[in-house]
Amino acid sequence: MAGNAQEPTTAPKRSADRRRRGVLKAMFGSFLGLGFTALGAAGALWTAIVARLMFPNVLNEPPSRFKAGHPGDYPTDHVETRFKDAHGVWVVHGTYRGRRQIYALRTVCTHLGCITIWQASERKFKCPCHGSGFSVEGMNLEGPAPRPLERYAIRVADDGQLEIDRSKIFQEELGQWDDPACYVSV
Amino acid sequence: MGWGERIRNSQVWKSIFRHPPPVDRRNRVLVVLTNLILHLHPVAIQKHAVRPSYTWCMGGITFFLFLVETITGVLLMFYYRPTLEWAYHDMLALRDVVSYGVLRELHRWGAHAMVIAVWLHMYRVFLTGSYKKPREFNWCVGVVLLVLTLLLSFTGYLLPWDQLSIWAITVGSNMARAVPIVGHEGPAQQVLSVGGIDMITSASDSRFVLLGARVVGEETLNRFYVLHCVAIPLVAAFLMAVHFWRVRKDGGISGPL
Repeated sequence: MAGNAQEPTTAPKRSADRRRRGVLKAMFGSFLGLGFTALGAAGALWTAIVARLMFPNVLNEPPSRFKAGHPGDYPTDHVETRFKDAHGVWVVHGTYRGRRQIYALRTVCTHLGCITIWQASERKFKCPCHGSGFSVEGMNLEGPAPRPLERYAIRVADDGQLEIDRSKIFQEELGQWDDPACYVSV
Repeated sequence: MGWGERIRNSQVWKSIFRHPPPVDRRNRVLVVLTNLILHLHPVAIQKHAVRPSYTWCMGGITFFLFLVETITGVLLMFYYRPTLEWAYHDMLALRDVVSYGVLRELHRWGAHAMVIAVWLHMYRVFLTGSYKKPREFNWCVGVVLLVLTLLLSFTGYLLPWDQLSIWAITVGSNMARAVPIVGHEGPAQQVLSVGGIDMITSASDSRFVLLGARVVGEETLNRFYVLHCVAIPLVAAFLMAVHFWRVRKDGGISGPL
């Protein structure tokens, strides 16, 4: 403390090995170094624990696959709204390029992701956020939506009921609506 | 110029650490005083103040446990919903489903330990006569902090929302109905009456205000949740700052007589 001895200003070039030892000495060579090393280690461990904690282990969501009744239950040009709240799906008996089919439209607007509303009197899906409108087929008619609504996979299960799988998405503008996995012909 | 020197000379470093590294005793004092984290400890203390046999370190341990409760409590809040539908299930899920179920146990045992530590701290301060002049005011702040610690325990007790919680708070809050004047079953409650009509009834007394209802229900759960997680910790944190500041300003930790 008393009288800071002047150290030589030109330090000799240290080898990489000695520099590494210098780092180890700084980390473990004194109680202060040990303390900060332990603090850093504890902080890193704690950060990892908190990061893991923020990922839930159980989700309160319905399964992605669900049954939606028999194809015969759907009258011509019918839009079924009862799966909207639980599953986010319109089940429609409509047409696409002149072919009659039953398909499952995703209720999410293709503009910014709001949930659309079925307007039975106008026969349109309307978005409450910015006024986008979609036809029964799901084609975008008006407003800022840049592309049609999306379809989910649909098939007739072994028990004769329609089964909708929300883990697969089909987009019209990519030509995916011709895939038989996204409609049931009637 | 070595890397360490280059970092210490950078604008970023200098903007954070106002004072250059200490080279003598006077500069060490300046470094400590100009740094928020370092100034939490005094520049100099008397030798007896770090002797565990004198202080038992119970004040420090109480503060440490408060920090443990704050950190684990915030993490528990990410998964706990204070509603009749979810409170009990979320409490169970925190133990069985969510990662690190030990967090809830840490919070619970920490709460028990904090009550014990704060009593022992008070006992030590009493035995060493540290409440005497000039520390009378800080003793009073400490008494309020003791009450707040007990209230934190009491309000936290309801949150698991099991049978033990509900009936413990029912019994505990029944004391509020027997308070003089403002409790509707307490002595002298008829003092507050206008034209022969009682102002203090079961729907207007101190218990009613505490529970937000006549009986322990969802209103009480929400009320205790807000008190437990926000209101009481904020007041306690402010009073702790006053408490620690006064320890320093009243001459540091009291010495043996």
